[in-house]
Amino acid sequence: MTNKKSFGQKALGLLRGNTVPLMFIVICGICIYLSGFSWSYLLNQVITRMGRNVFLMLSLLIPIMAGMGLNFGMTLGAMAGEIALILVADWQIWGIPGVVLAMLLSIPLSVLMGLMCGKLMNLARGREMITGYILNYFVGGLYQFVVLFMMGSVIPITHSTLKLPRGYGIRTTTDLSNMRQCLDNQWAITVGGVKIPLLTFAIIALLCLFIVWFRRTKLGQDMRAVGQDMEVARDAGIKVERTRIISIVISTVFAGFGMIIYCQNIGNFPTYTAHTQIGMFCIAALLVGGASVERASIGNVFLGVILFHTMFIVAPKAGQSLTASPQIGEYFRVFVSYGVITLALIMYEAKKRRAKSGTGALLAQAQKAQKEEGGARA
Amino acid sequence: MDRSERLGRSKVGRLINAYGLPRLIITAFLLLLFILAPVAGADFATQISNVIARFSWNAVLVLAMVPMIHSGCGLNFGIQLGILAGLLGGTLSIELGFTGFPCFLMAILISTPFALLFGGGYGVLLNRIKGGEMMVATYVGFSSVSFMCMLWLFLPYKNPNIVMAYTGEGLKQTIPLNNFYAGVLSDLWKIDLNSIGVNLVIPTGAILFFALLALGMWAFLHTKTGTAMTAVGSNPTFAKASGVNIDRSRTLSVMLSTWLGAVGILVYQQGFGFAQAYTAPLNMALPAVSAILIGGASVNKASISNVIIGTFLFQGLVTMTPTVMNSALNVGDMSEVIRVIVSQGMILYALTRKTEGSK
Repeated sequence: MTNKKSFGQKALGLLRGNTVPLMFIVICGICIYLSGFSWSYLLNQVITRMGRNVFLMLSLLIPIMAGMGLNFGMTLGAMAGEIALILVADWQIWGIPGVVLAMLLSIPLSVLMGLMCGKLMNLARGREMITGYILNYFVGGLYQFVVLFMMGSVIPITHSTLKLPRGYGIRTTTDLSNMRQCLDNQWAITVGGVKIPLLTFAIIALLCLFIVWFRRTKLGQDMRAVGQDMEVARDAGIKVERTRIISIVISTVFAGFGMIIYCQNIGNFPTYTAHTQIGMFCIAALLVGGASVERASIGNVFLGVILFHTMFIVAPKAGQSLTASPQIGEYFRVFVSYGVITLALIMYEAKKRRAKSGTGALLAQAQKAQKEEGGARA
Repeated sequence: MDRSERLGRSKVGRLINAYGLPRLIITAFLLLLFILAPVAGADFATQISNVIARFSWNAVLVLAMVPMIHSGCGLNFGIQLGILAGLLGGTLSIELGFTGFPCFLMAILISTPFALLFGGGYGVLLNRIKGGEMMVATYVGFSSVSFMCMLWLFLPYKNPNIVMAYTGEGLKQTIPLNNFYAGVLSDLWKIDLNSIGVNLVIPTGAILFFALLALGMWAFLHTKTGTAMTAVGSNPTFAKASGVNIDRSRTLSVMLSTWLGAVGILVYQQGFGFAQAYTAPLNMALPAVSAILIGGASVNKASISNVIIGTFLFQGLVTMTPTVMNSALNVGDMSEVIRVIVSQGMILYALTRKTEGSK
């Protein structure tokens, strides 16, 4: 009897802990049915998007470990990646060497931006997420300044195919067709009509291994300690500020790599808008996978990318077949992305507050007990 | 820390500290633009008219930031809720067949229950997540706008002036208001000096309307409820000890802010001449937030003068930079870049100031 009950409780706990993914499985199921896409088409699309997005999403994990919440500042890394891609495209280094060079080039830029982001977040402790979020817009302005005005006039850009007709500034779309899917096509195998980009997956696997290994290093342990409780970590002799900055720098560098992988898959990128939504979609996808603001695992990334992008593919078609308006599905998927982030943030903040008032109550109780004891002694 | 102390010792340094270095830079930049404007060939009076006109459109939206800052809820990044209530009020008022000034009044009247409802729910939500308001507010704003995007498609609007032309259902993306309430405030008692050869237009009605609301806000903050609200923001423990219901005060401030947001967007629409539905409200929070910060407010302190100075400086920056930059340096989009960097930089500065105290 007790055994059965505990099993029921366990199942209920499992249900409650995974409300968001379960909800999404239901939504996706309904949408797939309504859209009428074939399974092989869906599988193909999901695998493509997996190769495209997983690296970017993995970059979010380390700041979560360090207790800094969802790193909305990952967009900074994406911008560093884009600048590197523009330069490599101008130097006409294509294919895999181009991708590797772009990654190398993006590192110093990402490190610089990560340092700035980390420093600012240390100043705005307790408000890291909103700071990162506003920082996106701020650095977006700087990015626009560099790409639209400095490139071609101060930073040498030789090829006119990249430049605006006025002689400086980059065109609104940067063409990477000579680099398109060079990673994805290397070692690609086709199983039953579904293309599997093995090299991209191998790179992703490497990053996963790195994250697993990193958690066990001294630095990784420090980060977890800082994430648990900053003051305790400081008393234990951990340099809290430095640890937090490092976690953001690592995240920014990986986001830069991720953006390069993302762009080589698509084969071009809108120069001024490619990075604006990337952070939001990655974060939403991670949360759909069952992560929260304070805990996320590699499993969440993979589940999230599958569920979120399935919804992304099928929602417009499903909406169209339901209401004869393609717009509705478009709005629906944007609403879901925003909604899931909102929900996760509310849950996180409410929990944080409850924990705080919980410790407060405990403290009050202890003090009361102490007082009574003192009174009794007197 | 060291540097600011050293700065604080000298007299000039004290002045700078009182006024705030970023605000000083922005004011100096704006003054420079005003000086450069005639050199660049832009008519000075036209520039002033533009700044004043845009001031009158936006000031109420910036004013909407004040109550929530006072009650300690931080910057209202979720002002979109108020904007949506205003949009509902405006479109329903048109749908019901009102025109002219009554249309504007009805719009405010109809949007009020929506604003109170949205604001009430939003306030209760914010009470449960004290300390993390700003991030949640941002995404509450975003998700409600995207939710309304779907509703705009389905709500049974019938008036041919506001529904999409070819299908006959679903709200238009942009609704021209010239037959409804465009300019009802701006054209009221308008002072137009074009008859004596100066291109200076002052939208007296709209400015008076803002003055009325600002006065009301000032008076409210000095009532018992208003003082209690400020107390909640500056020292919650003290407020609680003196018997103030913290949650009620905060909810009230959020409702007030949301309602002002609704009125604010209606004032904006009457000046702009168009009502914008769907995704347009998404990015309306950040300009209002940065305007009040440029005016010298911080995350937990704001006054009416911050609103006036801030709106004037921000709108001055928005209108002056393009004209001066375009005619003087001939670089088109530079002004947009400057605007983004200045306004977001200002928000960042406010968020990272240590004196604010982390909650």
